[in-house]
Amino acid sequence: MAGAINRKLTREGTILFDLNVVARYFPFLIRGVGITIQFTFISFLIAIVLGLLIALGRVSNNKIIRVPCQIYIDFIRGTPLLAQIYLVHFGLPQIFHYKPVGYIDALIALTLNSSAYMAEIYRGGIESIEKGQMEAARSLGMTYGHAMRYVILPQAIRRVIPPMGNEFITLLKESSLVSVIGMEDLMMRSKMMAGQSFRPFEAYFTTALIYLVLTFTFTRLLGYLEGRLKTGG
Amino acid sequence: MVKVKDLHKYFGDLHVLRGINLKVEKGEVVVVIGPSGSGKSTLLRCINHLEIPTSGEVHIDGVNLDDGTVDINLIRQTAGMVFQQFNLFPHLTILDNICLAPTKVLKMPIEEAHELGRALLKKVGLADKEAAYPHQLSGGQQQRAAIARALAMRPKLMLFDEPTSALDPEMIGEVLMVMKELALEGMTMIVVSHEMGFAREVADRVILMDEGLLIEEGPPREFFSNPKHDRTKAFLSKIL
Repeated sequence: MAGAINRKLTREGTILFDLNVVARYFPFLIRGVGITIQFTFISFLIAIVLGLLIALGRVSNNKIIRVPCQIYIDFIRGTPLLAQIYLVHFGLPQIFHYKPVGYIDALIALTLNSSAYMAEIYRGGIESIEKGQMEAARSLGMTYGHAMRYVILPQAIRRVIPPMGNEFITLLKESSLVSVIGMEDLMMRSKMMAGQSFRPFEAYFTTALIYLVLTFTFTRLLGYLEGRLKTGG
Repeated sequence: MVKVKDLHKYFGDLHVLRGINLKVEKGEVVVVIGPSGSGKSTLLRCINHLEIPTSGEVHIDGVNLDDGTVDINLIRQTAGMVFQQFNLFPHLTILDNICLAPTKVLKMPIEEAHELGRALLKKVGLADKEAAYPHQLSGGQQQRAAIARALAMRPKLMLFDEPTSALDPEMIGEVLMVMKELALEGMTMIVVSHEMGFAREVADRVILMDEGLLIEEGPPREFFSNPKHDRTKAFLSKIL
């Protein structure tokens, strides 16, 4: 099968796209998908919680809480993820004298990064709720915390689900950067495949397609979940 | 019940309230009228401290809200507020709108809160709407539900901030009816409104506010038939 198609991709005896190489390395690449998805899911789940806390700090009236949260968000969003990964993996161990563990560092960097973006998504949701909602809750004697918890957030959460889905997809793609500190995710394995097979185009193109299949699948899945949540009241 | 002493409020450079002195007795119904931008709403919002006054004092039921030791959340429980835009919680049913504060703030058991909520809905004529969501109700129904929600905290004082201004004309009557009933039951009420019929009929006292000051006040009959101040005359001639 691969051979038959291959012949069509052949020009003047040179193979343009060698499906045999792809077939041989495919299982090897697929094993990286697990790591990629692991990084994405774990960071995403922690960022859902951490992002909310940072967002609540960011909209707080208390300067001592608000300003650090704002600095955090600005720093993360204003610097490249790659720089953040290096900073966590190589920078911090130098200051605090510990032996860096790539897997942990990659997770930390991704989580810290995603949390900042998530915080901004939450903040957008919280600030999109009409001011009168908070006032009505406060006028009933509810504390700020009660009003947030029972009135503002339940409404805000519904509005942040679509942008959160986008953030998930972004995170899935950006997680490829953890390959620079030796994580054997999909991206790392494609580099290895390129090096071993001397067929970089096949390696990177196949990898790109796998990422595309992943993002496409998750986009569809998230769209489906969104629809379910909307009709669920 | 309410005492306001030399109240000033600035929004940045804007001097919105310029020294308000006001006393409202228990059971009294006071209607505040005045041109837009005169500070009526701000005064109301300063009374329950949704806006913090820049200077001056507000006393509710003998408690000075501005002496720094008062739990403002406790005070707000005694002063219910009804807003121009209703501000019902759109993600909750009407019954849950009413029961939220009693269960979370007063720690009322849910069965008791439901009982209270149903009684209040009956009172405002919405007994059959408890399971509806706010967007399924008309404006007048929403505002009546909002009144019920405020009453659920058993307030001693009710503040109405232009409660009928966002309503279609045919729905104003039903809301005013509920407010009138409340007044007859002896509720202390401060109402910012341009419903002159309501002021005439229900108010014990009418106050004209302009440019952050109380210009004139008096019992409705006198206020409307024999206004003393030029600004009152000018304002009344425009709206009557």
